[in-house]
Amino acid sequence: MMKGIVKRFPGVLANDHVDLFVEKGEIHAIVGENGAGKTTLMKQLYGLLKPDEGEIYINGKRVEFSGPADAIKNGIGMVHQHFMLVDNLTAYENVIIGMEPRKGILLDRKKARKEVKKLSEEYGLTIDVDMKIEDMPVGLQQRVEIIKTLYRGAEILILDEPTAVLTPQETEELFEVLRRLKKSGKTIIFISHKLNEVMEISDRITVMRQGRVTGNLITSQTTPQEIARLMVGREVVLTVEKKPKEAGETLLKIEDLWVKDNRKLDVVKGVSFEVKRGEIVGIAGVAGNGQSELVEAITGLRRAERGRVLFRGEDITGYDPKRLRDLGMFHVPEDRLKRGLIVDFPAYFNTILGRHMIEPFVKSGFLNMKEIKRFSKQLFEKFDIRPRNIELLAGSFSGGNQQKIIVAREMSFSPELLVVAQPTRGLDVGAIEFIHKTLVSMRDAGVGILLISMELDEIFSLSDRILVMYEGQIMGEVRPEKTTPEEVGLMMAGKRLEEIRR
Amino acid sequence: MNNRVWSFLVPFFSVIIALLIAAVVIILIGQNPVIAYKAMIEGAFGNIQALADTVIKTTPLILTGLAVGFGFRAGLFNIGAEGQMIMGGILATVVGMHMRGIPPLLAIPLTMIAGMLGGAVWASIAGYLKAKTGAHEVVSTIMLNWIATYISSYLITGPLAVGSGTPKSPEIAPSAKLPPIVTVGALEMTSGILISILSAVVIYIVLEKTKTGYEVKAVGFNPYAAEYGGINISKNIVMCMAISGALAGLAGALEVMGLHHRFLGTLSGGKGFDGISIALIGQNHPIGIIFASFLIAALRTGSSNMQFVGVPKHIVTIIQGIVIFLVAADRIVKTLLRFRKVKR
Amino acid sequence: MKILEVLWNIFSNPLFYKLTLTASTPLLFASLGGVFSEVTGVVNIALEGIMLLGAFSSVVITYYTGNVWLGFLLSIPIGIGFSWFHAWASIKWRGNQIVSATALILVAQGLTGFLMEPIFGQPGQTPYVGRIEEITLPGISSIPFIGEAIGTISPIVLIAFAMVFFAWFLIYKTPLGLRMRAVGENPEAADTLGVDVFKIRYFGVLMSGALASMGGAFLSIGEVGNFRELMTGGRGFIALAAMILGNWNPIGAMWACLMFGMSEALANQLQSSPILNVPATAKPLFNLFPFVVTLVVVAGLIGRTRPPAADGVPYEKEE
Repeated sequence: MMKGIVKRFPGVLANDHVDLFVEKGEIHAIVGENGAGKTTLMKQLYGLLKPDEGEIYINGKRVEFSGPADAIKNGIGMVHQHFMLVDNLTAYENVIIGMEPRKGILLDRKKARKEVKKLSEEYGLTIDVDMKIEDMPVGLQQRVEIIKTLYRGAEILILDEPTAVLTPQETEELFEVLRRLKKSGKTIIFISHKLNEVMEISDRITVMRQGRVTGNLITSQTTPQEIARLMVGREVVLTVEKKPKEAGETLLKIEDLWVKDNRKLDVVKGVSFEVKRGEIVGIAGVAGNGQSELVEAITGLRRAERGRVLFRGEDITGYDPKRLRDLGMFHVPEDRLKRGLIVDFPAYFNTILGRHMIEPFVKSGFLNMKEIKRFSKQLFEKFDIRPRNIELLAGSFSGGNQQKIIVAREMSFSPELLVVAQPTRGLDVGAIEFIHKTLVSMRDAGVGILLISMELDEIFSLSDRILVMYEGQIMGEVRPEKTTPEEVGLMMAGKRLEEIRR
Repeated sequence: MNNRVWSFLVPFFSVIIALLIAAVVIILIGQNPVIAYKAMIEGAFGNIQALADTVIKTTPLILTGLAVGFGFRAGLFNIGAEGQMIMGGILATVVGMHMRGIPPLLAIPLTMIAGMLGGAVWASIAGYLKAKTGAHEVVSTIMLNWIATYISSYLITGPLAVGSGTPKSPEIAPSAKLPPIVTVGALEMTSGILISILSAVVIYIVLEKTKTGYEVKAVGFNPYAAEYGGINISKNIVMCMAISGALAGLAGALEVMGLHHRFLGTLSGGKGFDGISIALIGQNHPIGIIFASFLIAALRTGSSNMQFVGVPKHIVTIIQGIVIFLVAADRIVKTLLRFRKVKR
Repeated sequence: MKILEVLWNIFSNPLFYKLTLTASTPLLFASLGGVFSEVTGVVNIALEGIMLLGAFSSVVITYYTGNVWLGFLLSIPIGIGFSWFHAWASIKWRGNQIVSATALILVAQGLTGFLMEPIFGQPGQTPYVGRIEEITLPGISSIPFIGEAIGTISPIVLIAFAMVFFAWFLIYKTPLGLRMRAVGENPEAADTLGVDVFKIRYFGVLMSGALASMGGAFLSIGEVGNFRELMTGGRGFIALAAMILGNWNPIGAMWACLMFGMSEALANQLQSSPILNVPATAKPLFNLFPFVVTLVVVAGLIGRTRPPAADGVPYEKEE
């Protein structure tokens, strides 16, 4: 039980007098959009953060944590949204860090491996304890994370957005594990923003919005609409308006593309597809199946090993980003802080990134500051970017506004083709709506859009055609109105379309 | 607190704190720091002669400071200004030696360009290695420093040697010598200082007002985003190291053309490393670098006077080290200052 | 053909191997120091400065106490204390690790030069204060060839190689080592498991101070018996290259240091070879050799070796 928790960060009241009551042996979901304060709340329960005000009680006893070690001692374990694993160590090594079995001053590796194996079998979390994390698929990595908590005697498990990186099938497997854990008496707290999953697995739900608790619900007695309303504060339209449109000429053609990742392994294995004018092609798939590398190869940020990329008939394989933009291909990258913006540059330098070398921004090598600032001010007005100050460093804008700056920029040079990756990651509903509306209007205006997303809802609501990627290959192509999430889910897990429809 | 105000306050207070700590060191060896610092100030500014000496010393320091500072802006740690200065000095000497009969209007620019070329090429080696193989420029530039030292040592005791005593090269042609602006006693203050200041202005303009400056800073802040923005990272790295090296090479050339008129073994004498402190104190900004160079030059000129009161001139290196340390961990100074403010 | 004869002469001379070992020793200490620091994720390029300080302080202590072993041993805490500044700036204040290390090198160079006159009355170099004598290893010295090479050797050389084993054992066979590696790869992960990231990083840096100091002490009172200004001559950086070459592994670093030691010994022997009459003026070109090798190695190997993932990144804890 957490009572009256207040947590402040500079400029943000993350948790505003939050109360949380979790019963023993139940699966309790904490729901809210990005930035609602769910992760912050749990980090305090796990001792990573200290509450500014408020108290925490475990089994009726008041506790104060000065670090994760205290939380662990009290039987709390946490599986984070971004895994806390050491890549080049093995699974069992990762599990034992901080609580290593010893033989004198030596590490007792034999005992460690035995104990970890035992735990994994006991709860149905089968893994190879000797495999290095970096060689494991994401689903197995998550199991290691769960075993880590069990190894330390966790009775209360906190899972932060665990299904974000799983296929629908892996999600089912995870839910099986959770049910098993619940049967053996464990208490589970489950953070998510995916309503249908929350409906399926949880017993009770706490809804948070902008740092406050807006509702306490019993799952069997509520609906996704009610939860969504409490999450957002108004009626939410869960899909975007889209009129059917005739697609035009082929803009982008990918022919048998092969790409390697940073570890020199093939992650894109012979992918072929097309994107036409005036259509949105969505590529669905769980993270780590080659989508990032595919996008990088198309947008000039990574070399292709084999195959061709054609733009309006011209072979552009291996062209650098500048040339691609010259031809009319623009890119909204999946990592806005790493690729999309230079946070130490003021906004007016970010709005020209990628086109900073052309007129009218540059004249005989010199920057035309007047023109640059005029352009930036215009952009800010048109896209309602706040605060309306182009002198601010890009790092001071909120995630939503940062993404707006990037989308605005990539749209402003009359693109023919726009490659958009994870465009709404980490954004609140208002920003998501805006971006979706913008993409659809561009498509209506004749722009070809290649959308890569891990949010199945987004793919379904925006795409005219859906492709599914699994382990570097396309498992099938479908139209959203002629398929179901289950079918797509099966493809995401590795079944080809032909097999499913047989 | 405003970022700009901090960029002045941090180095300023770092210097003050460093001087205080150095004072403690001086006390520990049994000397009086007040007398020591008084001697230093006298040595640097006491009379016209001293002032001229300080200004002469400032000339190469502005350039090495710019070299390191420009590198920092591009995200590169150019610790090799020392070696680049040497190679620039050598090339300038060799070219300068062959300028007999050529009018100064041609000879001077040619010799300077030779110096810049020498430094640029030397630095590009490290730049190319970083671009191609990812080799960290700190280690490679330091290695190149030592290699440059030994090459020059070989040249002026071997093929280029002349006379006896301290190893030195032959003199450069009179037409390649820099004309003096003012002669103070035995010291000629040459136009070198003007060239240095001009270089600082040029670098400022390049960084703030040109597309190249935009790209250099972009790569320095975020090479991934820069790549996404169509900037060629490899070319950028090599070009920035080359520019950085050219500045250091010019410093070497000016020393040869304006001061010694030949290549001496002590040509670089730590000025390349001084460039690091200068860039840090000057916060990588050309104007700040000019001031910082003057400060370090004053310290150096003044320190030879300190010897007379029993304080070895190495104290200047210690002071520099402490200043750099504090600038690196600038949160220390910031926290100290906040604490002081709260106390009031 | 002359060159082959010269090379044969050098490689068949047992003294060459002794030279290799003694040249590798200071590199080995410093390189192991680098490994300790960087495995936990703190870049420490100040090894050059710490070595210099170790060389100086061991001479000073020997000067005042008359005992070379005291000089060697007491220089260790001085090295630890000096490296503490780097640890403090990098870990607690999250400063730029490269810059703070460069600062410390300058301070070490300045301080050692500065204190020479007040303590010894003469600048440039100190008088002879004594050195750690070589010992004769019973049994080994009677073996032909090997006996001539390493039968009589400085005990510090043996300590250096023992340190390699110690480092390897600690890092790969003990729980502390596992935590060190976790901290260096993913400090956040270690933190979430209750491991004290800061304490472990302090340990890594302070160990590097102790080891680098020993390396420097060997240069002065282990070999020549006095201190000369800037006598480390770039070895601290060569040690870093060895660490990189050795893939941040103590055993790998050892092989790398032996390679560098051998190149130094080779340059030395080539210079003084009676067959290859090298003019005095060309001698500096031979001194180049180890640095060129380092350069080539660092350039060629970087892609294929892999530093700890969090190396050089200060760890920020959310409060």
